[in-house]
Amino acid sequence: MMEPGAKNAAADPATEAAFKRELVGLIPHLRAFARTLAGDPTSADDLAQDAMMKAWDARASYQMGTNMKAWTFMILRNQFYSEKRRSWRQTQLDQEAAERTLVAVDDPSAPVALDELRLGLGMLPPEQREALILVGAGGFAYEEAAEICGCAVGTVKSRVSRARKALQGILEGGAYDRDGASAGDAMRSILADAERLSTVR
Amino acid sequence: MDQRRRGDPSLDEARLRQQAIGVKLRQMFDEVVNEAVPDEFLEILKRADERQQSDKG
Repeated sequence: MMEPGAKNAAADPATEAAFKRELVGLIPHLRAFARTLAGDPTSADDLAQDAMMKAWDARASYQMGTNMKAWTFMILRNQFYSEKRRSWRQTQLDQEAAERTLVAVDDPSAPVALDELRLGLGMLPPEQREALILVGAGGFAYEEAAEICGCAVGTVKSRVSRARKALQGILEGGAYDRDGASAGDAMRSILADAERLSTVR
Repeated sequence: MDQRRRGDPSLDEARLRQQAIGVKLRQMFDEVVNEAVPDEFLEILKRADERQQSDKG
């Protein structure tokens, strides 16, 4: 529904400039979301740039004052999955490499707990991982995440809930095999880190 | 505050663990959000904007 006086982002130069400012402000968030989908930072930035340009090109269909963050995330997600479909054969051939990059950790000095979290996330089904990231890290309401993913609110809720349970199980059970770290170490380290972070705040 | 109404301390423990995972998730995401945006992003957007200006004029 269009409010009276609502205008699309290409209505006039001033509106367009405001749209551009808001879009620029969203770049860091688009990069972070892209990183969770694409895995390696270079292709994630390519994806974020493509999404940014798609949003710019589609500005005439954006109503100023509506949720631009959710709108751009939806564009980025659609871009990711359409590219993935295009390169399906290639993906099949390169499946093993894709799985490696998904859980790649660039910074060797990254805290262990974060490392384990990335590994754990990499083990979740993609639709659960995505729902958990949007709601748990991206700060979206269930309704917004549902809009971004093009599914029902109840579906998002159940995906997030299953993702949370599965992730906790992975982190506690040491379902992965990693440098001989014993089961439960990841969860202990995450608990300790969370405590430290919350006392800093 | 009736988390213990069934006398089950593991409920509190589970909640604590989920909160901890949530904190780490946000930390992971915010790490990238707080990175400096590569110049390329703004350059691409600027080029597109200029291209459109010259199309109009």
